[in-house]
Amino acid sequence: MLLIADIDKTYDGGPHIQASLRIPHGASSTILFGPSGAGKTTVLRCIAGLEKLTAGRILFDGHEWTSVPPQKRPLGYLFQEYALFPHLRVRENIGYGVRHRTDVVERVAAKLNVHELLDRWPSELSGGQQQRVALARVLAREPRLLLLDEPLSALDAATRDHVRSELAHLLRGLGIPAIVVTHDWVDALTLGDQMVVMSAGRVLQTGPPQEVFTRPQHREVAAAVGVETVVAGRVKRREGGLAILGVGSAQLAAADPGREDVDFYVCIRGEDVTVEKGRAEQSSARNHLSGIVVNVAPAGILTKVVLDVGFELIALVTRQAVADLELTKGADVFAVFKASAVHLIPKSA
Amino acid sequence: MNWQAVATTLKLASATSIILMIIGLPVSYWVAFSKWRWKFLVEAVVALPLVLPPTVLGFYILLAMGPQSPLGRSYESFAGHGLPFTFEGLVVASVLYSLPFAVQPIAAAFGSVDRKFIEASWMLGVSNLETFFRVIVPQSWAGVMTGLVLSFAHTLGEFGVVLMVGGNIPGVTRTLSIDIYDQVQGLNYSGAARTSAMLLIVSFVILSIVYGFNRKVWLFAADRRHRQDV
Repeated sequence: MLLIADIDKTYDGGPHIQASLRIPHGASSTILFGPSGAGKTTVLRCIAGLEKLTAGRILFDGHEWTSVPPQKRPLGYLFQEYALFPHLRVRENIGYGVRHRTDVVERVAAKLNVHELLDRWPSELSGGQQQRVALARVLAREPRLLLLDEPLSALDAATRDHVRSELAHLLRGLGIPAIVVTHDWVDALTLGDQMVVMSAGRVLQTGPPQEVFTRPQHREVAAAVGVETVVAGRVKRREGGLAILGVGSAQLAAADPGREDVDFYVCIRGEDVTVEKGRAEQSSARNHLSGIVVNVAPAGILTKVVLDVGFELIALVTRQAVADLELTKGADVFAVFKASAVHLIPKSA
Repeated sequence: MNWQAVATTLKLASATSIILMIIGLPVSYWVAFSKWRWKFLVEAVVALPLVLPPTVLGFYILLAMGPQSPLGRSYESFAGHGLPFTFEGLVVASVLYSLPFAVQPIAAAFGSVDRKFIEASWMLGVSNLETFFRVIVPQSWAGVMTGLVLSFAHTLGEFGVVLMVGGNIPGVTRTLSIDIYDQVQGLNYSGAARTSAMLLIVSFVILSIVYGFNRKVWLFAADRRHRQDV
């Protein structure tokens, strides 16, 4: 293991955070996932040495790290708002940790495509550019582990998607393991090889992102990930702005994300799926999948109906609908949802 | 105009503000970042000269420098003469008297540096000391300049402490404010008026520069933000 972290941190009169992380050697990225206040950033700061452990230990490549100052840890920490020094130009920001060695600055600037920005001030950069400069600054020191704290939360929605796939591509290309803190499930699926779900200062589940999303082991994890159905799908054809995908033994239509990719994660929220007894003629929804009810279970004020429509699809419906439609195990039904309710995440991203 | 007093005053103010820069930076750093629970006591001590009558401050400094105190004795054995009624003694007193004028603006500026910049510097492998000079001070230069200029200006006008500690020795400890007092005592109102007017104008100009400078820095930053928004 590259990193073994058993973290126990108590704040005076505040939260108690307990988490164990194992990061293997090699270029895998681990998502630290959970709602705000779950303790994700605290875990990251403990690994970085910015917070002292109350108990526990951190071993990095076999070395005891608990009392090593942050300066002596070969880490690349990307802060949430990137923390570019406002009094230094991009060039000096990137060279800050390497005594402004020109060859290093030039090399990482080229790698991150920020060459034409070197003479600008940080305040003159867009959010995406700031992120690339901050990454360049971190990579200049050739860290052995990257710590990314909510790397996309400082960006507006329009640029986030673009920067996310850029970052995913970059992380795969760098060959440096990374720990990425996020509360966004799209980030988790796009950026992560492994995923650690935290809530209220505890680790609830660990595993590959898709497994965590499809088979949450705790109610809190299910609530934290927020999406009931995440399955693999492959584009069969594209027509009129729609992508027709094969999922399991079924076919469904989704808004075409306009990418070359054919392999996607298909994400459908339970609230977006309605269940009907016969084929609804008036409905404008594109997807009418026939199937049977596998399970019915209460989920808060709604009821969770698990359907087999060629793949496992989860619908959240009102209790009234359960009664009206006589939804019981084995009932034949149609699952109806709009093409726009299907969220596609490219697997290659 | 008593040019000798002008020279003494400028020499005193310059020495005081230079020394205050040297000890003010670490003291301000400590005040801004220490987490010691009794820190407020030190802050109160630093601020004391703001409220104490200069005569009280001067009295205690005089006692501390005198031959009865270990401090005074050790200086005397080291330098061959006592501190009271010398220019060096006056500098020591001025430094203490003007300490809050340097420390308060500098500590406030240090304290307002966003912690993430300091941590970003650490995470890039840069030591605390180097972070201080490469991140904290450059982002606080308006506060540092303010502290420097205010302590200079404040020393120009001090009277009570100078009189208590320095006495009134021409060319050594007679500063402008004491010169004015002497002139008034000797009924030389026109001389007192000229010196007073000069001190008034110089002080006003210095303060205008400080405030204008701070405002300009602020406008400059706002302008940069504005250009980015557009």
